[in-house]
Formats: sequence, structure tokens, C-alpha cells
Amino acid sequence: MANPTVQRLQGAQLIAALKASSIEFIAALPDITTVEGVLKPISRDAHFRFVRVCKEDEGVGILAGLSFADKRGVLLMQSTGLLDSINALRNNAVEYSLPICMMVGLIGKEPGVLPKESKDYGVRIVEPILDAMGITRLLIETDEDVPGIEPAIARAYRDSKPLAILIGRRPEAAP
Amino acid sequence: MKRDLCLAALARHRTDQIVVAVYHAAFDLMRIQPHPLNYYSVGAMGLASSNGLGLALGCPDRQVIVLDGDGSLLMNLGSLVTIAEAAPKNLIHFVCQNGTYEANGGVPIPRRGEVSFAGFARSAGYRDVHEFAELAAFAAAIPALLAAVGPTFVTLQIEPGEESPKDYGFIHGPETRKIFKTALQGRRRP
Repeated sequence: MANPTVQRLQGAQLIAALKASSIEFIAALPDITTVEGVLKPISRDAHFRFVRVCKEDEGVGILAGLSFADKRGVLLMQSTGLLDSINALRNNAVEYSLPICMMVGLIGKEPGVLPKESKDYGVRIVEPILDAMGITRLLIETDEDVPGIEPAIARAYRDSKPLAILIGRRPEAAP
Repeated sequence: MKRDLCLAALARHRTDQIVVAVYHAAFDLMRIQPHPLNYYSVGAMGLASSNGLGLALGCPDRQVIVLDGDGSLLMNLGSLVTIAEAAPKNLIHFVCQNGTYEANGGVPIPRRGEVSFAGFARSAGYRDVHEFAELAAFAAAIPALLAAVGPTFVTLQIEPGEESPKDYGFIHGPETRKIFKTALQGRRRP
């Protein structure tokens, strides 16, 4: 029996939230935080059209194109990829006001520690950068946070605005 | 080949295709064939091929024509591999090769004239790859290029033609994308 005091984040719940949000397409580069719990299961899941990209900003461009066709997608990447995609996000997501939804593993973040309090510089700067760009963010640390994903994605598509779902610990893979 | 003459030849065969165009090709397209299904990919250099892939995946019943530049493609070479892997049958990817960053002062691209973009695409795994340096040959080949199953890659050795107006305000304006989205949703094939 699981210890109820141990905080968990289950990849299956994250995937279920994406399905409940009518996400059809996943553009992805491997992210060490989510690779086992989210990326690998999604790559085997016939519900999703899985698009392997070579660089994260490609995913921004792909999701932009999909959005014009009213197709929903999520870009799965790690925070280093987010940092590498700033210019693409600046234009395609923010200036063009498109619903680019991202699930971003915060590589190096200590579980249970707020990103701004992380010892990792690359983690600490993520939220301030998103705030400076005006990109809505949602921190997912445990299963209790997961119910926030579906309404956040719904708002992103309703308002045609980008969204960054930040994953603060490694989601567990389903047994 | 003059770029605007190449685009005019292509325009004569366009029916209901989406055309994703970068920088000077986009301005030429605006002059030669203003169309609600023109998508101007000029806000973040290099993303045209990725925008085109997203549109091709999202609109499998419609052909997507990407009018890329060699400098632009150099910023996103990995997209060749991504496109080849995704293998959209409805994508045709043109690259206007002039060997320069024309929109940024005309300075040469690295290894100008020495690298083979067709070779990149062939190696990445595009279904078909074609190279044209003569307008008559290109014009004659257009019907077959558009009829082929993609992803198809086509290089055009070009030089600037007649100067086109550069209406950045229109290209970046929200109304432009609203027109595009409305056209895309309203004119889908049954």
C-alpha cells in the first residue's frame, strides 16, 4: 500500500489530462524529466499523432500551423528547449497570439522546491522569462495539481494564447 | 531564373493550395497572387518549413506549398529530417536559392554555392527531390510536381526579379492571420 504522505506525480494522469483536453498531436524532443512517465507512453499510444522534432522551436512552428487547422497539440520538451525556443515563441505564440501549449520538464529542479528557489540557475530563470513574455504558466508538482491542466488548455485555445505547463518532478511511469 | 517569374509560373497552376512563403518570396507572392490562403512566415526566420508541416498535418485534404529560402532553411535544417519522418503526402517544399540573406542586406550564406540543399533533402529522406535552374524547364515540370505524392523538395536557383512592395504592416497584422484562418476553415474539401 502506498504511503499517503509521499507526494506523487503519475505520468498516466498527465496523459489522461491531455486526452481530456482533446490533444491529438504531440511534438516532442526527449526530456529527462518526463521521458519515462510521459513521452515513451505517448509515443506508443495510438490516440496521439506523435511528431519527433530535431529542435524544440520546430515544435512551436508545427503547433502554430496545426492551430490554424483547429487541431490541438502539445510540445513536450525540457526547459533547456524552452530557452532555445524563445524567438519562435516570441513571434508565433505571443505576437501572433496562437494557442501554443507546452509541457516543459524543469530539468534539474529539486522535487517539492519552487522553481524560483531551485539551486539550478536554468530552472530559476524559467518562470521570470515566461512572465516577461506574458506566457501563462502552470506548475505541476503532484497529482493534486493535474486537474488544473484541462481548464488551462481550454483557456489557451478559447483565448488563443500560449500556455506553459511546467513539470516539477519526474512523473512515475505506469507499471 | 527571376524569382517573381518562377512564382508567377507556379501561381498559374495553383488551385486551393495553402502557400507558406518567407520574406522576399512572400512579398513577391503578395504582388503576384494575393490570396486568402497565403501564409506569410516572416516573423521568426527559419520556421516556414515547420509551419508548413503543421498545416500539412492539420489539413491532410489540402496541399501545402512552402516557399522557403536557403538562408531561412539553414536556420532550421533539422526540419528536413522531421518532415521526412512525418512524411506528409500533401507537402511540397520549394527552396529559392540565391546564396544570400537577401532580407538582411544580401550578405552571403555560409558555404555559398558549395552546399547542396537537394542533397540535404535527399539524405533526410524526402520522397522526391528536384533541382531547377532554367525557367522553361521549371514551368514545364510544375504540373507533375504538384501532382506527385509528397513530401517533395524542389530547389530553384534564383535571382531577384521585379521589386515588390514590402508591406510588413499587412504581413504582421492580426487581420492577415484572421483572413487565413477563415479561408482555411471555410473552404475545406468535403
